[in-house]
Amino acid sequence: MTTPIPLELSANGAAHTLAVDPRRSLADVLRRDLGLTGTTVGCETGVCGSCTVLVNGEPVRSCLMLAAQADGTAVETVESLAENDPTSGRLNPLQRSFKENFALQCGFCTPGFLMLGTALLRKEPTADRARITECVAANLCRCTGYAAIVDAVEAATRTGDAFGPEDQEQEGADA
Amino acid sequence: MNAIGVSVPRLEDDRLLRGQGRFHDEIVRPGQLWLRVVRSPVAHARIRGIDVEAAAALPGVVDVITAADLAGMPRIPVRQPSPGIDFTPYLQPALATGFVQYVGDPVAAVLAEDPYLAEDAADLVALDLEELPVSLDARAGATLRPESRPGESALVGTVDFSYGDVDEVFATAPHVVAADLKVGRHSGTPLEPRGLVAEWNARARRMTVWGATKVPYFNRRVTARMLGIAEHQIHMLESDAGGSFGIRGEFYPEDLLVPFLALRTGRPVKWTEDRTEHLIAANHAREQEHRIELAFDERYRLLGLRGEAWLDTGGYIRTHGAVVAALTSALMSGPYRMAACRSRVHIVTTNKTPVGTYRAPGRFQHNFVREHAMDLAADRLGVDPVELRRINLLDGGELPHRRPLHVFGAPMLLDGKDHLEHFDKSREIFGYDTWREEARRAREQGRLVGTGCAVILEKAGLGHDSAVVDVGVTGAIRVAMGGANVGQGVETVMAQIAAEEFDVRTESVTVVLSDTDILADGSGTFASRTTVVGGTAVKLAAEQVLAKARRVAAGLLGTDPDRLVVRDGGLEADGEPGRRVTLGEIAAASFAPPYVRTGEEPGLIGRGTYLADAMTYPYGAHYAQAEVDPGTGAVKLLRYAVSYEIGRAVNPALVHAQLVGGTVQGIGGALFEEFPYDERGMPLATTLGDYLWPRASDLPEIRTEIFEDSPAPGNPLGVRGAGEGGTAGVGAAVANAVRDALRLTGTVGALPLLPDRVMTLMKSQDDDGATT
Repeated sequence: MTTPIPLELSANGAAHTLAVDPRRSLADVLRRDLGLTGTTVGCETGVCGSCTVLVNGEPVRSCLMLAAQADGTAVETVESLAENDPTSGRLNPLQRSFKENFALQCGFCTPGFLMLGTALLRKEPTADRARITECVAANLCRCTGYAAIVDAVEAATRTGDAFGPEDQEQEGADA
Repeated sequence: MNAIGVSVPRLEDDRLLRGQGRFHDEIVRPGQLWLRVVRSPVAHARIRGIDVEAAAALPGVVDVITAADLAGMPRIPVRQPSPGIDFTPYLQPALATGFVQYVGDPVAAVLAEDPYLAEDAADLVALDLEELPVSLDARAGATLRPESRPGESALVGTVDFSYGDVDEVFATAPHVVAADLKVGRHSGTPLEPRGLVAEWNARARRMTVWGATKVPYFNRRVTARMLGIAEHQIHMLESDAGGSFGIRGEFYPEDLLVPFLALRTGRPVKWTEDRTEHLIAANHAREQEHRIELAFDERYRLLGLRGEAWLDTGGYIRTHGAVVAALTSALMSGPYRMAACRSRVHIVTTNKTPVGTYRAPGRFQHNFVREHAMDLAADRLGVDPVELRRINLLDGGELPHRRPLHVFGAPMLLDGKDHLEHFDKSREIFGYDTWREEARRAREQGRLVGTGCAVILEKAGLGHDSAVVDVGVTGAIRVAMGGANVGQGVETVMAQIAAEEFDVRTESVTVVLSDTDILADGSGTFASRTTVVGGTAVKLAAEQVLAKARRVAAGLLGTDPDRLVVRDGGLEADGEPGRRVTLGEIAAASFAPPYVRTGEEPGLIGRGTYLADAMTYPYGAHYAQAEVDPGTGAVKLLRYAVSYEIGRAVNPALVHAQLVGGTVQGIGGALFEEFPYDERGMPLATTLGDYLWPRASDLPEIRTEIFEDSPAPGNPLGVRGAGEGGTAGVGAAVANAVRDALRLTGTVGALPLLPDRVMTLMKSQDDDGATT
């Protein structure tokens, strides 16, 4: 085994200092070292997108990114979405929209689509259906046939919510 | 009493949307080891030796086993025997014994402290394999006697569902139309790879297994027999499953290796396959070659059908046995009036991944074959394809309709209302005539646009399942049922059925599925049966709770039990809302001696078991409009629609979701997905970049209509099963649309209609045009 290398990153606003095997993927470090098991791994080759997280705001296949490459970045996962607390806080408007539109079945791809949708809604809050479909086509779902996922993201564009990172960071970014 | 028939939001969603799902990999046990399976890199070989020394010596490796360590252990049995076929020589051992039969065949298992290390160690296991000739074609290889199975034929057996004097019909029929068609190799490929966690508690002498799905009770019985421990020593716990589609949850070699190694090492063991393993090791499906003949009279009436098929079952017979062949064969004649039918399916081993059931097993294939042959016949006979179907569909005057066949031991009684009416109604709703007119006009402008339709006969609900419903002193209602949640929302549906009985909110009901410590026996989730069979068991169990509650409440309220009505989670005297006791109060009172003295189980506990005496036969129609790109051969679907007779929809939104999702999977099989092999039997689709699921941008709007015109007469809920109707007809409708778009005189030949196949079809059509 090679020498572990130091890694500092923020995950959902919390700072972490780790030493990781250079070959570990970001997905594995999130799941196994940080306990953020909401990020799921469907193919390990970057095709399915179920492991999509945001790194410095950009959607990234966390199975393809080595954890070491995430040094110094801010990572956001599905656990960041619900208000205040991932397990008990109120679902955010995009999560609620998924529920109202029956946009999940087995739910394994859902965290990836939620993070993909979050990135889209931040950058293009008024994205139209064609644009949303183009974006949703980046990831794979085996259950729903996608239409309900597109419906859910489209409905979220009408809520007027910002889907920004946590308020504090948002203010910091503005300042 | 208004929970059934309502599209209530799903109980599953909250945890899944938060990333708080309970998938098997979320189970992490103290001291857990990781299993990595070493798989055969060749398709057919004699195992001369396996050297595990280097792997075992790697720091962090705890154990390495081969077949020698499993000596004396039985092979994995089939779930469903098939009369007249002995599967014994073809069953798969947990680790390859003597020979390997396909690329991916497990030959050794490595246990290590870390998953990365386990993979490193697996790479160090050295295999000495003497390659043997491979067989990759079921039809051509049906007469082989491979030396890896001394004395046995590659032909495992033949399934034959026939009625009427078929040969006599064909000898005298005015018109006979024949076609040769193939369906490619596909699979359900759920997004979550397969996985399992097992832990042996040496003090309690019990094994806990997380991650079983589909048929946990069957898997527990198999595990007990293979490990030589009692069933009651094994606790199977369901976890969330990232899709099944019939593939996930069968008893695979790994389902033995994980608990075996937990027992052997005394440490918890986790196994999660990677995607490439999944694509070569989990069940494949559908690969069949068919010959079909249809006989018609002068008025386009179907007189008979003669079919023969070769099913490529891969290297072994897996747990489904001959189910795919039986369903291909038994329902071959579909929803048509037909006096004689012979449908034979030969099950043949090859050196590819073994096959199993995948959503609409047999029906995706036979609907394509029959419905495509119907379009060919329409052309040959000079009749409109819609009209040809209308002439031959069973109508209300003929239903219920008994086919002189027994399917899985039960007589085949088509229990629908009117197949012709369904077809007429759905064409009208979707405006199919307009689709056809649009396609005609597009073709006039030189575009390659066509339409196709298909009528399907489905089947659902088979065997038995059980449920227990209990109400505690807090009034909390819990339902335990023997099915599994594989994403379809069965937790919600079972809660709705219980909520309907107790007049409570659906979200107040807790549902536990296939927990073998809570419910002693169950059957599982397959064959579109969960709501039909399991849902009925839940209803029966809830009724039993209410029967006792009624007696106890009558005593508490000093009234006649018959005067009590269920309202808002309690019982009250009809017309006297103040005279009421809640279910929690009734539960608390039920422990008193008068109610225990009866010998009944104390408390408010109801148990229900429901046996479906025969399957119910839902039905539907599929419609496609497609355009072919003349430059690339790519097929683009412009429109798609499915109608389906559901009997009664417990949750209409979830039924639509099943239809849409099922249709899109069917589109994958019709246009994109295939597992090709090279001439040495090397699998060529080993990532999701090779095995191409549809993406959002590949699809038209999928329109779905569910009809509740014909409640199933065989079960008290009237439900018909929703899981597979979306998938069953897609290959047929898409093939017919492409055939129409290209104005083919023959057939499309095979599915999937990949661009190169379509280019070949266009070229052969041009050649035909040039010579005639």
